[in-house]
Amino acid sequence: MQDSHAAAAHHPAFQHHFETMEQQREASTLGMWLFLITEILFFGGMFTVYLVYRNWYFASFAAGSLTLDLTLGAFNTVVLIGSSLTMALAVHSAETGQRNLLVAFLLLTILLGATFLGVKAVEYSHKFEEHHVPGPSFRFGSEELRHFHEEATALRSTQIHGVELGEVQLFFSLYFAMTGMHALHMVIGIGVLSVLAWKSRRGVYSPEYFAPVEYAGLYWHFVDIVWIFLFPLLYLITRHVGVHP
Amino acid sequence: MSTAVATAPESIHRRRHYLNADYGIRSWLFTTDHKRIALLYLFSITFFFALGGLFAVLIRLELLTPAGDLMTSDTYNKVFTMHGIMMVFFFLIPSVPATLGNFLIPMMIGARDLAFPKLNLASWYLFMAGGVFALYSVVTGGIDTGWTFYTPFSTTYSNTKVIPAALGILIAGFSSIFTGLNFIVTVHRMRAPGLTWFRLPLFVWANYAASLIMVLGTPVLAITIILVFLERAFHIGIFDPRLGGDPILFQHLFWFYSHPAVYIMILPSMGVMSELISAFSRKRVFGYSFVAFSSVAIAVFGFLVWGHHMFVSGQSVYAAMVFSILSYLVAIPSAVKVFNWTATLYKGSVSYQTPMLYAFGFLGLFTIGGLTGLFLAALGVDVHVTDTYFVVAHFHYIMVGGVIMGYLGGLHFWWPKITGRLYPEGWAKLSALVVFLGFNLTFFPQFVLGYLGMPRRYHAYPEEFQVLNVMSSAGASILGVGYLLPLFYLLWSMRYGPEAGPNPFDARGLEWQTASPPPTHNFEQVPIVQEEAYAYHAAQEVPVAG
Ligand code: HEM
Ligand SMILES: [Cu+2]
Repeated sequence: MQDSHAAAAHHPAFQHHFETMEQQREASTLGMWLFLITEILFFGGMFTVYLVYRNWYFASFAAGSLTLDLTLGAFNTVVLIGSSLTMALAVHSAETGQRNLLVAFLLLTILLGATFLGVKAVEYSHKFEEHHVPGPSFRFGSEELRHFHEEATALRSTQIHGVELGEVQLFFSLYFAMTGMHALHMVIGIGVLSVLAWKSRRGVYSPEYFAPVEYAGLYWHFVDIVWIFLFPLLYLITRHVGVHP
Repeated sequence: MSTAVATAPESIHRRRHYLNADYGIRSWLFTTDHKRIALLYLFSITFFFALGGLFAVLIRLELLTPAGDLMTSDTYNKVFTMHGIMMVFFFLIPSVPATLGNFLIPMMIGARDLAFPKLNLASWYLFMAGGVFALYSVVTGGIDTGWTFYTPFSTTYSNTKVIPAALGILIAGFSSIFTGLNFIVTVHRMRAPGLTWFRLPLFVWANYAASLIMVLGTPVLAITIILVFLERAFHIGIFDPRLGGDPILFQHLFWFYSHPAVYIMILPSMGVMSELISAFSRKRVFGYSFVAFSSVAIAVFGFLVWGHHMFVSGQSVYAAMVFSILSYLVAIPSAVKVFNWTATLYKGSVSYQTPMLYAFGFLGLFTIGGLTGLFLAALGVDVHVTDTYFVVAHFHYIMVGGVIMGYLGGLHFWWPKITGRLYPEGWAKLSALVVFLGFNLTFFPQFVLGYLGMPRRYHAYPEEFQVLNVMSSAGASILGVGYLLPLFYLLWSMRYGPEAGPNPFDARGLEWQTASPPPTHNFEQVPIVQEEAYAYHAAQEVPVAG
C-alpha cells in the first residue's frame, strides 16, 4: 500500500490522505452520487406538496396550468435536452483528451443553459403582466376562467367546476417555487461550468484526470431531469387527465 | 497485557502531534485535519450548550412560582423557543457526530483523514454561520414559535424574528448534510486493509446509520424551511389555510425530518455506549452483528413513524393507527441494543471507571425514556398527555439523558487520546453521579406533572403543581453543577493532568494503536487489520487510569 501511495503522489491532483488515485476517484464519485440523492430529496419535498394539492384542488390547478405558455415550455425542454447532449459530449472530449472540443462543448452548454434562463425570464415577465404572481395584486379573472371552461369542454372534462382564487394562487406559488429553485440550480450550474471552461482552456484536465468535468456533467443531467418532471406536472396537467371519453 | 503500539512512549512535549504541528489561530481556522476540526466543533458546541443552558435556567426560574412573575408570557415564549433551537439544532444533533465522530471515525478505520477534508472544514463554517443567524434573531428581538415552527403561526401571525432563525437552521442543516456525506464516503472507501464491514467498531456503524438519516432527511427539512421562508416573505400561501394551503402538510414535512432527527441524535450516543461497555467489561459486544444491523434498522424504520407526533392534529384515524403500530416496531431495534449491552455486561469483568458510570447512566435514562415512548405511541394515552409535561419529560430522558450521557461518557473515554492527558478520576466520578441524580430530580417530577395535566409551554400554572415544579428547578441546579464540573477539571487536565500514554484503558480499537495525541496523519504506518473488533482476550481488569 505504501508503494502505491508513493506512486500516485506525482499527480498534481492527488490528495495525500488517499492511498491511490483510484481510491480518490471512487471516493469522489460516491460523494457526488450521495449529493445528488440529497438533491432528489430536496426537490422531493416540493413534489410531494405539489402532488397533494394537485389531487385536492384539481380544477384550480388545471385552470392555472392552462395559462402557462406551452410553446415556451416545450421549447425550453428541447433546449435543456440539447444541453444535456452537449454536456455529455464535453465529458467525452475530456475523456479522450480533446482540449479544444472540451472547451467548445462546455461553452455551448453554458449558452444553452443561458437560453433556457432567458426564456424563463420572458415567461416570468408575462406572469407579472398578467398579475399571476401570488401576493396582494394577484388576479385570476373571468377571462382566464372562460378560457379554462372552453378548453375543458373541448376536452370533455368532467372536472370543470370548483375553481377557487386561493387555490389557483397556490398553483402559481408552487409554480414559482419549483421553477425558481430549478432556475437557481441552473445558475449555479452555469457558474460551475464557466470555471471548468476556464480551467480546461489552461489544460488542467487530461484523460488521467477529468473527474470535475464528469461530476459537473452528473449535476447538469440531474438538473435537466428535474425539469423533465416539472414540465409535464406544471404545463401538461390538464391535457391528459380528467377526460372521460 | 501487551498492545501493538507503533511509537515508544515519549513525552508529549518532544514528540510532534496534531496539536503542536502548527501554531497560531490561522493554523486552526484553516485546518483540514479532522482532529482539529473536531476540537473546533467541541468548543463551539460547548458554547451553544452553555447558551441553551442559560435559557433553561430562565425557564426553571420562571416555573419556581405558580404566577408568571419573572417575565411576560411573550418573553417566556421566546425563551423556551431559543432554548429548544439552541439545544436541538446546535447541540444535540451535531454533538457526538461532529466532535467524537469527526475525531474518531478516520482513526477507527485506519485512515489518514476523512474523504473530503475541505468539505469538513466548510461544514464547520456553515455550522458557525447558522449559529450566527440564530443568535442574530435572539439579539434583535427573539422568536416565539417554538423549535417546531408550526405554521400558520410561524408564517403569518408571529411578529418575531422567524426568518433569521429559520435561515440559521437551514444553513446548519447543510453542515449536517455534508458531515453525513463525508462520513458515509469515508466508511465506504477509506477502510484500512483487512477492515471488513463486520470488523468495524460499533461506533462507526452507529455513525454510519446516523449519517444516512442526515443525508436523506435533512434536505426535506431544508425545503420545508425554504417554503416557510417564502411564505413569510412573499405570502405565497402554501401552508396558509386562508389561501388554500394546509398547515398539517407542514407538520408532515417537518416530522418526516424531525422524527428521524431524534435518531441522528441518539444513534451516535448508542455507538459510544457499545464502545464503553465492551471496553470496560473486556468483552466483545454480545450479538455484534445484531447491534450493527439494529442501527441501520433504526435509521430505516425511523423514517416511517413521523405521524406519531400528529395524533391530535386531525390526521385520519387510519393514519394514526398505522403510525401507532409502526412506532412500536421501531422500539424493537432500540431494545435489541439495550438487551445486548446488558448481556455483554453479564459475566464480564466490569470496572467502574468514569466512562462506565456515564454508560450506566445512559442505560437508566434511556430505558425510562424509551418505555415512556411506548406509552405515547399508544393512541389513547397520547391524547391524554399530548402537549403536557409528560412529553417534555419523555424527550428529555431520551434525547438529553441519552445523548449527553453518551457524549460525556465518550468525551471522558477518549479524552486521553484527544489531549494526551488523564483527567482526575475522583472528580470525574463525582460529576457522573451528580449529573445522574440532578437529571432524575429535574425530569422525573415532570412525568408526574404531565400526567396530572400540566400543559407544556405555559409560564404560569395552578398552585397545586408548585411542589413538583420546585423539585424540578432544584434538580436543574444540581444538574447544572454536574455539567460545569467537567468543564473545569477537563480544562485543568489539559495542562496539569499526567500523561496518558497511547492506551490508558487497554482498549482494542485502532485509535488506541497510535500515540496520544495522534500525529497529524493519525498513523505512522497504515495499520493492517487481522482480528475482529473488540478482541479482548483473557478476563482481565482494565488498568485503573488516572
Ligand atoms: C430513541 C430515541 C427517541 C428520541 C430521541 C425521541 C424524542 C422525542 C421528542 C424530541 C419528542 C417531542 C417532540 C416535540 O417537541 O413535540 C418525542 C415525542 C414522542 N415520542 Fe419519542 N423519542 C424516542 C423514542 C421514541 C419511541 C421508541 C417511541 C415509541 C415507541 C416514541 C414515541 C413518541 C411519541 C408518540 C411522541 C409524541 C408525543 C406527543 O407529542 O403527544 N419515541 N420523542
Ligand atoms: Cu417521533
